[in-house]
Amino acid sequence: MWDETMVMMLLEGIRDTFYMTFVSTFFGYVIGLPIGIALTLTDQGGIAPNRTVYRMLDIVINITRSVPFLILLILVMPLTKLIVGKSYGSAATIVPLTLAAAPLIGRMVESSLKEVGQGVIEAAVSMGAKTTTIVFKVLIGEARTSLLVGVTIVLGTVLGYSAMAGVVGGGGLGDIAIRYGYYRYDTGVMLVTIIFIVAIVQLMQGVGMFAAKKLDHRA
Amino acid sequence: METTYIEVCNLTKTYSAKNGNVEALKSVSLSIPKNEIFGVIGLSGAGKSTLVRCLNLLERPDSGDVFIDGQNLMTLGKEQLRLRRQKIGMIFQHFNLLEQQNVLENVCFPMEIRGIPARQRKEKAMELLKKVGLTDKADAYSSQLSGGQKQRVAIARVLANEPDILLCDEATSALDPETTKTILDLLKSIHDTMGITMVIITHEMRVIQEICTKVAVLDQGVVQECGSVTKIFNNPKSGAARRLLLMRETEEMADVG
Repeated sequence: MWDETMVMMLLEGIRDTFYMTFVSTFFGYVIGLPIGIALTLTDQGGIAPNRTVYRMLDIVINITRSVPFLILLILVMPLTKLIVGKSYGSAATIVPLTLAAAPLIGRMVESSLKEVGQGVIEAAVSMGAKTTTIVFKVLIGEARTSLLVGVTIVLGTVLGYSAMAGVVGGGGLGDIAIRYGYYRYDTGVMLVTIIFIVAIVQLMQGVGMFAAKKLDHRA
Repeated sequence: METTYIEVCNLTKTYSAKNGNVEALKSVSLSIPKNEIFGVIGLSGAGKSTLVRCLNLLERPDSGDVFIDGQNLMTLGKEQLRLRRQKIGMIFQHFNLLEQQNVLENVCFPMEIRGIPARQRKEKAMELLKKVGLTDKADAYSSQLSGGQKQRVAIARVLANEPDILLCDEATSALDPETTKTILDLLKSIHDTMGITMVIITHEMRVIQEICTKVAVLDQGVVQECGSVTKIFNNPKSGAARRLLLMRETEEMADVG
């Protein structure tokens, strides 16, 4: 069974898994990072408190976060078809993955940015800094370690979700595991895909933590 | 006749807390002459921090006016206020340095905000670090510095924009008496060479005695007494001033004993 086609399939699976995970996480941050920043700024005690905006974002995040990923995946299929042109395969899976990652990322970013001390923010305000300077230099700059740890956690979660998408032909290692392990009772292939998934998560975790530590000047 | 530089009129500020409202400032009026080192002393909860934070509108008073050099800050738009703040320096009890940036980058930060080119701000920052005696720490991070060194960095940073006013909010309260002395000496020499109007907020009489020329005694959100330091030290009229002096004496006795 370990012929060339099988090896090729597994290699493609690894490639697709990486592709889905990184592209979805990237687009997730494109949406989630501004949301996290907005949540931080508009919350009580933020530098631009706005109850209405905060509550609205808060509610939207809570709702989207409470839809289980597998259901979200099916729910957004019409949208996926509209954007990608089809509802199966790894490119199509990026749409629901991004939508699932964005609110999670919004929350992670919010909690990272809120770790930045009020005093440093106040010092920047007293220097006459623009809000954008405070956001990039003070909030993101000071919280970068925590933000990077957040990226690592998000990558792991998105990878897990991407494997789940295998149930509906989402592509990647999860897809292979379900097709071979579940439909064909081929435990061998399934175990190999699991080993790869675990290895990838470990790798991302290791790199992320290393980078976070390297960038931290606090201790 | 001295010219008034900072004038606050009828400032009131009330915070709503769980168990009722707290009136931090009750119609406080003060005038601070140009080039003065002006102290504001009071026990904790007297409202002195709120007062100093109203001087650059980090805290917006509920009512009243804040004039600086004849200009009412309360009437400024957001952008005008932001630009005005660049010339009102402030240092803090907990220094508030950027922990992920080294000393040099911290000192450069206010100049970056003003859009000064990188080369120029680096040069100026090194000059300022020399002034506060920390040239050798330019590449260090705040976690590698002592409290006194951190405050020196904060002072270098605040001078980077050549402020005409320096607000010190309990700037020495996290420091031991000896370090306090060196920081106060530094502030004094900065005052003497650069002619900055300083407002020093503290709960320690010795800080006032060391560097201030005039002092206001704040208690329960009200200015109880205001005048020259010698006058108030020799002849305190208000209960609050007497209490603070008494505390100072017991402190000294404790130091001796």
